[in-house]
Amino acid sequence: MPSLHALANPARFLKLARPLTPILFWAGVVLIAIGAWAGLTQTPPDYLQGETVRILYIHVPTAWLGMAGWSGIAISCLSFLVWRHPLAMIAARAMALPGAVFAALCLITGSIWGRPTWGTWWEWDGRLTSMLLLFFVYLGFMALTRADADRGGDGRIPAIFGVAGSVLLPIIHFSVVWWNTLHQGQSIGLTSSTIAGSILWPFPFTLLGFTLYFAGIVLMRMRAILAVSKAEARMRRMAA
Amino acid sequence: MNPWPFVTAVYVVTFVAATGLALWSWLEMRRAERK
Repeated sequence: MPSLHALANPARFLKLARPLTPILFWAGVVLIAIGAWAGLTQTPPDYLQGETVRILYIHVPTAWLGMAGWSGIAISCLSFLVWRHPLAMIAARAMALPGAVFAALCLITGSIWGRPTWGTWWEWDGRLTSMLLLFFVYLGFMALTRADADRGGDGRIPAIFGVAGSVLLPIIHFSVVWWNTLHQGQSIGLTSSTIAGSILWPFPFTLLGFTLYFAGIVLMRMRAILAVSKAEARMRRMAA
Repeated sequence: MNPWPFVTAVYVVTFVAATGLALWSWLEMRRAERK
């Protein structure tokens, strides 16, 4: 089993990433398709929410990935600051756009679910507002990494921003506990759930499916960033 | 209130956004690796 430090070598990483990219991506697509089909046709409507419960098979994985994406960015940025592995910063940059897209999807799908369930598209409560903040933090990180790269920076400032932004994660997670919010509390845990089994079973498919899909896209973006850096280095050598 | 337009909208929006993201990332990767 190669260590994480060994994988930080770009050549070794690419050797692993090339076959892994399509495997993760297509496995994710298949699991999402199964989960979405099951969520739309094979589960009963909820006694309280009715058919709108089917939205949650999409909304919950997007919320998970919006937060997991930033956790990945924070860990990568910390690794970059501590060990100076350039691949760690490439990973953080690669996770930013997919993370922002999933955070936006979480807000949009939650808003669409809220209209028939709560009677409103939006409420400035703790969970919704902190998730919106996370989306803006993603945008800030993308702008900062681009500006830093354009100015020939060493990536330290975006890395510090990446670590500092992780302060939002516990706020989002505990917002439903700390404040009296319209958003319901946690109903799915790692080992237990308050949701009936007949409604719960498609969740692992969409949760794992979207996670693999996300990982496949991150690998694609890391490969793109690495290829561009290699091409730029080649051009600099030729110009010298 | 009929819930199905809301359910359909969520699945369509997510499908379009996720497909667009994947397509963009794949094209960027292919273009960069061909250079």
